[in-house]
Parts: sequence; structure tokens; C-alpha cells
Amino acid sequence: MAESLLTGNLMGCYEMSGNGVLDETPKCSFGGERPMTNLFARTKLLESKIDEFLNHTSEVGLLFREALKNFLDGRVAEFEERRGKVSDLENHADELRREVERQLYIETLIPESRGDVLGLLEQTDDVINRVKLALMQVSVENPQIPAELGDGYLELADYGSRAVQELVMGARAFFRNTSAVPDYVHKVAFWEKEADKVAERLKRRIFEMDIDLSQKIQLGNFVMHVDSVADQAEDVSERLSISTIKRSI
Amino acid sequence: MILLFLSSGLFLGWSLGANDAANVFGTAVATRMVRFRTAAITSGLFVIVGAVLAGGGATRTLGQLGSVNAMAGAFMVALAAALAVLWMTRAGLPVSVSQAIIGGIIGWNLFTGSPTDIDSLVKIVSTWVICPLLSGVFAAGLYVLARAATVRSRMHLLAEDALTRAVLIAVGAFGAFSLGANNIANVMGVFVSAIPASSVHLLGFLHVSSDQQLFALGGIAIAVGIFTYSHRVMMTVGKGLFRLTPMTGLVVILSESLVLFLFASELLESWLISHGLPSIPLVPVSSSQAVIGAVIGIALVKGGRNLDLRLIRRIAGGWVATPVIAALVAFFGLFFLQNVFDLPVHRPVSYELSEVGMERLQEHGVHDEGLAELEGAVFETGRELSSALKEKTSLGMIDREVVVECARKERFVVTLKRIETLDLTLLTVGQIRALRELSGREFGYSWELESTLAAESDHWAMLPDTRDNHLANKRLRTNLRQLLDAFRTADTND
Repeated sequence: MAESLLTGNLMGCYEMSGNGVLDETPKCSFGGERPMTNLFARTKLLESKIDEFLNHTSEVGLLFREALKNFLDGRVAEFEERRGKVSDLENHADELRREVERQLYIETLIPESRGDVLGLLEQTDDVINRVKLALMQVSVENPQIPAELGDGYLELADYGSRAVQELVMGARAFFRNTSAVPDYVHKVAFWEKEADKVAERLKRRIFEMDIDLSQKIQLGNFVMHVDSVADQAEDVSERLSISTIKRSI
Repeated sequence: MILLFLSSGLFLGWSLGANDAANVFGTAVATRMVRFRTAAITSGLFVIVGAVLAGGGATRTLGQLGSVNAMAGAFMVALAAALAVLWMTRAGLPVSVSQAIIGGIIGWNLFTGSPTDIDSLVKIVSTWVICPLLSGVFAAGLYVLARAATVRSRMHLLAEDALTRAVLIAVGAFGAFSLGANNIANVMGVFVSAIPASSVHLLGFLHVSSDQQLFALGGIAIAVGIFTYSHRVMMTVGKGLFRLTPMTGLVVILSESLVLFLFASELLESWLISHGLPSIPLVPVSSSQAVIGAVIGIALVKGGRNLDLRLIRRIAGGWVATPVIAALVAFFGLFFLQNVFDLPVHRPVSYELSEVGMERLQEHGVHDEGLAELEGAVFETGRELSSALKEKTSLGMIDREVVVECARKERFVVTLKRIETLDLTLLTVGQIRALRELSGREFGYSWELESTLAAESDHWAMLPDTRDNHLANKRLRTNLRQLLDAFRTADTND
């Protein structure tokens, strides 16, 4: 975090104190003391960036399921197209996140919730990364998935996708309507549990099958990759829940 | 020389800036919502504006408590108060200059044997309970409202943040204005009766009375205190007492500002009276008490958790200790100034019940057989007369106060030259004409001058004490005070 802040035109505006802790007060005078009307306009811009970031997350969640369906159906070209789209969204989401973080620090906005918001954005970004990684794994390894396992993988991806959708709703509620956050957090946890059940069932079936151990391990790893999306969504939602409690006291 | 004596007042102003002004923006700066520089500039500016434009109301109540009438005395009273505040600040207790200055004045009264106006004292001390209570009630109410509003509005966290910042600065400015208006009395109030009146005209038309010059000077001292020392105190106020969110910080500032405003605004007082509502006494209240009250109010609404009862007891103890310490320091300091440096710490005032005075007392319904015995006797202090009254008459405390006030012997000389130093914009044509008629005459008692004026012109006569007349009479009393200050002559005996 501190590393990324000390780059570009921020260099020299934040100082490391003797013990290596980043001093959060900007020493340069850009931002901060600008006219109030400007502050509101810039706030609106920042809001829209956060919204866009969450839109991307939601879209990545949906693409995840569709791409995997394409792969299982043997439509590799469509799978690759969707994977490319996820990659683009991931890059843009990264940019958006960095811009939001930078602006929150430069203008010392939401001083009390800044740490929570930054953590939320970074962890949510990780959800996108997990999707990207899982799809990349499929693309590289091109696993031979036995027909009877296809539905299980699809179900797993579906639950992961649902968990991501609920997480995005929860994150939006965190910014506007904290009282609704627990509902979404609860739903994320529900889909994650369902995904875990499916993952376990899938793995048991894989290892009961009469195939090479190497294939068993490859298919088992594939289960773990797909399941990790729901797991990460749950981790973020737990953090969201704590941040919400912090905001309400 | 005047500046030398004023120095203790300026020191007091500085500690007011460091302590009390920190209360205004403390929560905003500590939660990093407003930068210290922004807070310091805003509060410094508005404290001065508040002091100069609206500092009069609370000052008069303080003046009634005991009029410190010599420069060296005023110096010591202000110094004692400043030392008491400094001491308490070092002990880490949030106290206010308000509590200290009351103690200082009482110390002066005790040392010089001047009577303490019980009525004003009760008024002021009762606000030490009312002020935090009121602030707590405001904060609790505002907090509930603010919470409901944020839930209902579904505002984005960032928009809420921007709005809170803007409102914090606006409310902080209002708080600083109220602080200046209400608390300048503490800093400069004791000097008002001690400094010779002379008003100036700025740019030929802007009339600046001597009080306003004093207040501007005090305001600047407060602003210096804000710039030089308040940052540390702000961090303590914002973080030490109770963990506040920006929203609760805003509620604290708003409640505190409202309370300070209520106790300082002459405008509000006249509005309340003209609408037949009970008015609020204009007295200097403590911003620290208001802040503590507000924080406790919010904490209680939140269920009373995290409330450090031991700390609260310690703070309340500090509120009692401060005036006591200030009174003691003032008492011994005055003794030191008078006996070591041979400085006059008060203008001696003698007390004598004249024949006319006796008649006046009869008219006011104060009669006692023992009074006749005291006619013509001269007392050096009000306290001596008061104890003589206690011994020889069966008068109650209030009546004894009336007698002492009536026997207070001073010398007032009315001259055309002195009439010109008055702020004539406050007087009516009839009043000025009546004053000119009295030119060249001398009076031995303040009431003598007042009743002669009233006989000379209806413009100087008090109206019957009804609700409708309250404001007119108040204005008249302000004008009379101005006259007495201008015509009072130091040498009473020649």
C-alpha cells in the first residue's frame, strides 16, 4: 500500500517518518483546500468510479459462469472471447481502484472509513483476480472433463457467481444504506456454503472414478480454483460486515 | 502603562484561545475532517467578529457581579484566572476561563470588602449546571435527528463526508462567533470598568466604543492563542474524551455553539421577550462544560457504554476547584500587589447613609428602626456597612444589599466635555438635552444622578416594570451605566 502511494506525482507529498510509517498528511497543497462546490463535484466523480468498479466486479462474476459453460459445451472460441473480456475488465478495475485510492488519500476524504473502503476495494479486486486465474488455468491446462462432472462444475461456478452478485450489492449498500448490508452478507455466506458442499461432492466423485491419478489431481485442482471465487467473496463480505458495524457506532 | 496591566488579560485571552476555542473545532480537526490551518483561520476570524459585535450582553452580567475598578486589581484578577486555567490544563482537565474569572472576581471582592452581587452570582453559577445539561439535551436530540436523516437520505458515504466537512466549517464558524460573543466577557470584562472611556471614530463614520476596542484587542489575543497552542488541545478534546465519528463530532460542535449563542445573544433575548417567552440570562458560560455535556448526551443515547464515569467525576471536580483556586490566587496576589508594589488594586469607595438616601430607602419600602442609628456614619467598605446592618437592624439579605448599594458614595461630575465622549448614537435627542442641562453639576451617589436625570426628562425615567417595557428599561440601564462610567471621578474626597 505504502509502496504504491509513493509513485508518480505523489512522490514527495507523503513522508516516511523515522520508524518507516507513512505520514498520512500530504505535505503538498494540491487538493484539500479547494472551493467547496468543487469538492462536491469531485466527490460525485469519485462515487461514479467506485460504482463503475463494482459494475465490473458484477460483470466478471456473470462472465465467469458463462465462460465456464462455453468451455464445458466445447465452444472454445466463445470461452476465449469471454476470458479476454474478463482480462480487460480486470485491468480497468485495477486502474479504477488505484485512482480511487489515490484520490481518497490526496484529499484526505472519509478519514474514519478510508482504511475500510480501501480494504474493501482491494479485496474485491482479488475476487476478480480469482476469476481471471481460474479461467486462465482452464485455458492453459485445457482439462479433459468427464461428461458426468460437467453439471457439478457448472453448479459450482453458478454459486460462485451468485456469491459475487450478492457481495456487490452488499458493497453498494455499505456506501448508501448500511442497514441493508447484513442481508447481503448473509446471502454471500449462504452461497459460499452451497459451493463448498458441491466442491466436496465433486472431489469425492473425481477420486472414486477410474482415471489416472494425475487427471484426478488436475480435476481436483480445477475444483479448488472454481470454488475459490465464492471463498474470496465470503472473505470480503465478512470484512464488509465488520466495517459496517464500525460505521454504525 | 495600560498595556502592561492589560497584559494579564491578553494572557487570559491567549489561554481562552488555546483551550476554549479548541473545543469548537477540536472534534473536526482530530477526526481529520478539517485541517488545522482552516480551523484556526476560521475560528480566529469569527471569534474577533463575535467579540466586537456581540460581546456586550454577557459582559454586563459579569460587570454586575463586582466591578473591579482599578487597573492593578483587574490585572491581578485576570492573572489569577489565567493561572488557574493553565494549572488545570496541565492536569489535563478541560476547564474554561468562565469558571476561573468568576473565582478571580470573588477573590477581588473578598480582598477589597466589596459586596458580591448575589443575584448575578446565582445566575452565573446556575448556568454551570444548566449549560452542560442543555448542551447534553441538544446533542442527544440532534444526534437522533442526524442519525435518522442519514439513514433516510441514503446518501453516499462520500457525499455524506463532503457535506459533513462543509457543515463542520459553517457550524465551527458559528461556534467561534458565539464563543467570542459569550466569552470575551471573561477576558476583557474586568477591564471594562477599570479603563477610562474614550471612543474613536474610524474613517469618520464608524463609531468604535471603548468597550469594542477592548474586545477587539481581546479577540486578537484569543486568535493568537488559537494559532499558537490550540492544536494539541484540539487533539485531546477530539480523541481523549470519547471516540467520536465525524458525524457525532459535528453534533457536539453544533450543540455547544447553540448553547454559547443562547447565553450571549441580545437579539435572541429581545425576540424572546417581545414574543412573551421567558428569556435566557446573558452570562458567560463555559465551552468546556458545553462540550462535555454534549459528549455525555450522545454517549447516553448510544446506551451509555464507553462512558468513563471516573473521568467525568474528575472533570466535574476540576470545575469546582478552578474558581476556588482562582479566588485564592487573586486574593493573595492582590495582597502582594498592594503591600509589596504599593499599587492601588481598587479605588476606595466609602459608604454613607445620607438623609436623602434614607428617604429613598423609605420610598423603596426598606425601613427598620435601627437604620436611623446608622445615618451619617461613614464605612470604608461595603462589608463593614453590611455587618453593621446585620448587627443593628433586622433587615434580610436582599434589603441589606439595597441599603449598601444606596450608601455607596462616589463622585460624579457632569461636564460638556465628558458628555461629548459618550456614544451619543445610543441616546435620544431628549436624553442629550437633559444631560446638557445638568452640565456643571456634581453628584455624590449614582442614584442621585439617575433620579435627577429622570426628573429632568421623561426620556431618562424607568418605565413600569412590565414585560413590554423590559427591553426599553434594559436599554436605559445600559445608557445609565455608560453615563456613570464617563462621569465618575476618581477622587471622592475632595
